[in-house]
Amino acid sequence: MREQLSFRIFRWVVLIPLGLFTLMPLYVMVTSALKPLPDVQGPFEWWPSNLTLRPFVDIWTTVPLAEYFVNSLIVTISATVFSVIIAIFASYAISRYRFRGRGAFSGVVLSTQMFPGVLFLLPLFLVFVNIDKALGDTFLYQTRLGLIVTYLTFTLPFSIWMLASYFDGIPRDLDESAQVDGASAIGALFRIILPSARPGIVAVAVYSFMTAWGEILFASQLTNSESRTLSIGLQNYSTEVNVYWNQVMAASLVVSVPIVVGFLILQRYLVAGLTAGAVKS
Amino acid sequence: MAMTQTGRPTQTMGGPRPAVSAAKPRRKWFTWRKSTPYLLILPAVLLELLIHVIPMIVGIWMSFIELTQFFITNWGEAPFSGLGNYEIALDFSGPLGWQLLRSFGLTLAFTLLTVGISFGFGMSAALALQRFGRGRGLIRTLFLIPYALPAYAGIITWKFVLQRDNGLLNELLMNLHLTGDRPFWLIGSNAFVSVVVVSIWQQWPFAFLMIMAGMQVIPDDVYEASAIDGANTWQQVRHITLGMMRPINAVLVLLLFLWTFREFNTPFVLFGPTPPESANLLTAHIYNSSFITWNFGLGSAMSVLLMLFLILVAGLWALWNRRVNRDA
Repeated sequence: MREQLSFRIFRWVVLIPLGLFTLMPLYVMVTSALKPLPDVQGPFEWWPSNLTLRPFVDIWTTVPLAEYFVNSLIVTISATVFSVIIAIFASYAISRYRFRGRGAFSGVVLSTQMFPGVLFLLPLFLVFVNIDKALGDTFLYQTRLGLIVTYLTFTLPFSIWMLASYFDGIPRDLDESAQVDGASAIGALFRIILPSARPGIVAVAVYSFMTAWGEILFASQLTNSESRTLSIGLQNYSTEVNVYWNQVMAASLVVSVPIVVGFLILQRYLVAGLTAGAVKS
Repeated sequence: MAMTQTGRPTQTMGGPRPAVSAAKPRRKWFTWRKSTPYLLILPAVLLELLIHVIPMIVGIWMSFIELTQFFITNWGEAPFSGLGNYEIALDFSGPLGWQLLRSFGLTLAFTLLTVGISFGFGMSAALALQRFGRGRGLIRTLFLIPYALPAYAGIITWKFVLQRDNGLLNELLMNLHLTGDRPFWLIGSNAFVSVVVVSIWQQWPFAFLMIMAGMQVIPDDVYEASAIDGANTWQQVRHITLGMMRPINAVLVLLLFLWTFREFNTPFVLFGPTPPESANLLTAHIYNSSFITWNFGLGSAMSVLLMLFLILVAGLWALWNRRVNRDA
């Protein structure tokens, strides 16, 4: 089929500006990370005149970036693993059983997902402070454990919702015939559903990881210098008089590369996993 | 509201009292088969209670007490103030109520602009990439990078781009001789433009992703049949693509609206804890009112109002969606 000229023009009128808009900050990030400090303090240089890898060395000493990295990893991985495991069981129940309370449960899961985080931040803050006070030690307020709990507020409902719709896409005959053959419900879940849902589980885990890795609101109030994560720590590359923009860009690049590469490698799964839920609803 | 009913599954699990089952010994009140789904969701229900339902009840309760800085660590003693916090928040002639109203209007404008433009960008890009041939995968991947990037990394890069003296934007404007002077982008009224642009940059790839996926659902033979009937590309876009995409678009726009309306990351990373007035979005405003003045009662009241507004939007959307589906 031939396309009209007007459509071909439209195509490039759309793609070129959108491409520039999308890639411009990425270009700034990469090139500025390779410039020495004086070159990012004057007017913006389109092309770095003095290339250096120095910022990639300095970022680890200007702020305790490695500590932030470890904190982010611990919090993010814990929240992800915990919510995916719990979500697997809950989603299996929602997808395969009709039981009283099913509607109410999935209603809560769906609705909490759209409520603003600040609605949960204030009470959790207060509850954490008072639990710690009652116990006489800091367990939750500004600790990694407390942050993991708050991260579950968004990773868990999201995981349940996405996995349930993924399980819905797996033919029922598969696990039903296994149950006829004598397998228990749990047996069918582990032997039949989980192997065929692997792409969906990977997608859910990666999305939970990505959301938690980028979270700012909770981290800004519920971490201190010891439990600080990357999302807040990255804003510390400045003194009263100076912002080390080349280091900010280098650090941004370093914390983004693993996520972006992971996303791109798993892209096919992720797109399928995400849209399975959205297209159906 | 559905929130209060989460307790139900765990309660029904017990079923009728054993005394009843003793009277009718043949009908067992507890069987593994019947209780399997409840056992499966039990951990999730407990956790939901702990992280959502209880904090939410606490949050609503907090909005009815005078929870100022003196009572943060002994909240039991905070005096009950009834609707006092709500009266302060909604008294638009008072300074705090006026600030809230202003922030609400600003957030609404911000949300409509961000969602509208992000959706337009996503739809245009998805249409432009339809039957694109070689290179389609590469372009799609490039477009998705802002979505994959951790939010703060993208926003902090924009913060550098928007710097007055050493940012890319002003350098570009100067090189093109569009401005004689370097404007400020992160303070004053320009801050609003900045926060909209940056959040579009983050949002539109998601719209694009969802629309692309929705388009794949439309079977090829629909296009082929219409081509045989003599439809040109534009007519196909209008009558087939947009028509069949309507349900997906409706969901997408609602999701984008709900997410954008509570946006916090963009103003927080661009401007720090206290954004300029022109970019004082609602969540940032509530955050500030709570943590700078430590008035958690008022902050909770405003959070509850924000939640009620989002519920109202979702409810109206559901009504509208049902009517459109019935008419169709």
